[in-house]
Amino acid sequence: MTASEILDPLLTAQTWREGGREVAIATVVETWGSAPRPSGSHLVIDGDGNFEGSVSGGCVEGAVITEALDVITSGVPKMLEFGVADEAAWRVGLSCGGKIRVYVERLA
Amino acid sequence: MELETLAKLNMARQARKAAVVATDLSGGVVRLILEGEPVPGPLGEEVAKAFRSGKAAMAEVDGRSFFLNVHLPPPRIVVIGAVHISQALARLAPVAGYDLTIIDPRTAFATEERFEGVELIADWPEDVLRERPLDAYTALAAVTHDPKIDDFALSEALRVGCFYVGALGSRKTHAKRVERLKGLGRSDEEIGRIAAPIGLDIAAASPAEIALATLAQIVQAFRRRDLVTDG
Repeated sequence: MTASEILDPLLTAQTWREGGREVAIATVVETWGSAPRPSGSHLVIDGDGNFEGSVSGGCVEGAVITEALDVITSGVPKMLEFGVADEAAWRVGLSCGGKIRVYVERLA
Repeated sequence: MELETLAKLNMARQARKAAVVATDLSGGVVRLILEGEPVPGPLGEEVAKAFRSGKAAMAEVDGRSFFLNVHLPPPRIVVIGAVHISQALARLAPVAGYDLTIIDPRTAFATEERFEGVELIADWPEDVLRERPLDAYTALAAVTHDPKIDDFALSEALRVGCFYVGALGSRKTHAKRVERLKGLGRSDEEIGRIAAPIGLDIAAASPAEIALATLAQIVQAFRRRDLVTDG
């Protein structure tokens, strides 16, 4: 495996799905302020909650994984929003003060 | 996204082809667009913009929200010369996420023992680069000091627009090199892109330090290149 392939979430997602696992892909689609991961970053999650990649600096991954398990069950994509302003709603926020939107879809 | 689409995307990425994934956020439909594939209408304009900038972006087209994710080939380093500096660079590059290949026709230098676990090709750059062409997502570092080995690769790197072209050698050595590259048909502007002496000026003295300075300069060239295309 080459350096650029190690920890590549999209290759992991493909391998997992081909191996028969249920998989969701979470993607940062918008960022405001100082977001830790740029737009286009991926976190991939399997049906057991195993994950690879990141959408933040570890601040909101837990919440995304929970939502991803829902998406895997329903098959309906979800748009999640995280940020300081939503701390009460999500009980998770970005300590850096940024705001991000994360799109979660099932890998069919 | 369908598994088939993801598999095609991963295949394109592994073949070092640029791709855009367009997700219709209202309907959830995902479309894979490979570089050079025509996309008509306003969506096509947004896709072209995404390829140019290399940045993921939201786009409003015909009242629908699209997310356009851009997958550019990962930057890699091709080193001409299996010398002491290359031994250090081969260890440092993977840490920064760069794949690295070393080319040197001199079999005394290009030995498995000196470069364990490194992709090493003991052949002339002319032959190797015909099979495995350089591209805009490749950094070329020429470190042999030998015009017979370095010159063709440097000229080729400038011609195809490698994002970084560096050459080891003193200012005097470089002045002679400039003349030879002109002879190979390279313009003053192209030749002006060569980083020589190689590496950021951190007063590097040992081969390992020169390798570190070179890697830092490669990272800088790649990241600054993003800023340039941004405007």
